[in-house]
Amino acid sequence: MSAISVRDVWVEFGDQIVIENLNLDIASGSFVSVVGPSGCGKSTFLRLVLGQDRPTRGSLTLDGQPLRDEPDADRGVVFQRYSVFPHLTVLGNVLAAYELGESRFAARLFGAKRRAAIEKADDLITAVGLAPHRTKYPSALSGGMQQRLAIAQALAKDPKVLLLDEPFGALDPGTRAQMHALLKPLWARLGMTVIMVTHDLKEAFGLGTRVIAFDKTRHDPQAPGRFGAKITYDLDLTRDSPVPVLGFLKPPAETMAAQ
Amino acid sequence: MRRAMNIRPGGGARVLLALMPFLLLALVYVFGSAERRAANPNDKLLPPISEMADTTARMATEPDRRSGEIVLVSDTVASLQRLALGLGLATLIGLTLGVALGVLPAANAMGGPLVAVISMIPPMAILPILFIVFGLGEMSKVVLIVIGVAPPIVRDIAMTVQAIPVEQLVKAQTLGASTWTTVLRVALPQALPRLIETVRLQIGPAFLFLIAAEAIAADSGLGYRIFLVRRYLAMDVILPYVAWITLLAFLMDFALAKLARGAFPWAYVGERR
Repeated sequence: MSAISVRDVWVEFGDQIVIENLNLDIASGSFVSVVGPSGCGKSTFLRLVLGQDRPTRGSLTLDGQPLRDEPDADRGVVFQRYSVFPHLTVLGNVLAAYELGESRFAARLFGAKRRAAIEKADDLITAVGLAPHRTKYPSALSGGMQQRLAIAQALAKDPKVLLLDEPFGALDPGTRAQMHALLKPLWARLGMTVIMVTHDLKEAFGLGTRVIAFDKTRHDPQAPGRFGAKITYDLDLTRDSPVPVLGFLKPPAETMAAQ
Repeated sequence: MRRAMNIRPGGGARVLLALMPFLLLALVYVFGSAERRAANPNDKLLPPISEMADTTARMATEPDRRSGEIVLVSDTVASLQRLALGLGLATLIGLTLGVALGVLPAANAMGGPLVAVISMIPPMAILPILFIVFGLGEMSKVVLIVIGVAPPIVRDIAMTVQAIPVEQLVKAQTLGASTWTTVLRVALPQALPRLIETVRLQIGPAFLFLIAAEAIAADSGLGYRIFLVRRYLAMDVILPYVAWITLLAFLMDFALAKLARGAFPWAYVGERR
């Protein structure tokens, strides 16, 4: 189980309000696409869930437990860039996922543990189609292959939540389609909750079971930082839900909780 | 005609171009030396190469009459020992402090300004203090090198570590890493190639501090010898010693460059030749 609940969250940087009064419930196992214009707080929201940023007010919980306010192994992440370690090979990158957490002092595994970890890492590398490249350094991989490696690395820890920050934004359309074909069955098989920030609406609707749009609803030209972003659209794309129509808004979280 | 910045010399031309300035300098010296000798057979300023070769051979093979040691060898061993100790300690300090300052915001808040101030102290200005505190022996010379060379290494490594994208540090944490394992597997390995490059750049200053310290108070060493024979205007000793020091420094630099490229191939992928 990995349900995320966001309650009355405000994010302010100085006197600039980025996110105002966010309430959101994300069901376990759903694939949530977050869309919206640049600078509307999508990535800030992702960093909140990741624990990289902290809310100014409000709380976030994962399965009822408050989210730790620093990144941990519960939440895997794939960034648009710099997601993989440039000094490790493909195998080394995935292997590091096991070594970093399981070996507290040497940060390396030896003997049988290492062989077991290599076996698991190789399975993941094969699953994302990088088996022929396992001894290469990331600099020798294309952008798409680097992102596949980042996904394999994030999946190694079997996180409850997988966070994707414009993971395919820098890829060409063909590679992007390949990545979609890779990601969707992986998600279906592993059943983790996925939150993906994207600029690509087709991608958001194609992959997600739910699409959330962030935007600023109020704007003060004299004080651009006065109002933050809110959820403007919340579309349920699952099979048994009402047909999504633009403008269809889910009831706010409070009333849902009361039901 | 192509632009000058687009003309790339090939293999043979590259070697020729590299050798040309050296040959030119050698030629200038030989002619100058011959010219002065012709005017004054006792000239000491530009001894001919044959004379320097004789002196060098004598210093490198015959034991000194007073100490019974082969001078060039004992000088080289004494100097290299000081240099290795000084550079080695500075590297160790530089790496440890640099990574700490780069990874830990609290350490940076505390140590950053201090290192910035200390690195502005001219090391030569506190040499007398070092002589008073550590005596005239080996210690003061090694400490001078460390004080002169460690601060730039600390700052450079700290900046290198801070330049690691925050995404990588976050990623490591999402893989279950602690501060220590992040340092060990993410920060340190990415700082190492830069460390070697920084140490390469610090070989020059390290020799500067070594020779300065030896010139003032020592009883052996390359710098000591140069400043000793200066009294007799013995250019036939000084010039070969300078060439020898240059060669040693060049070999160290070359070895470190090879080591870095061999050990960290990933760090040199984008290198332009």
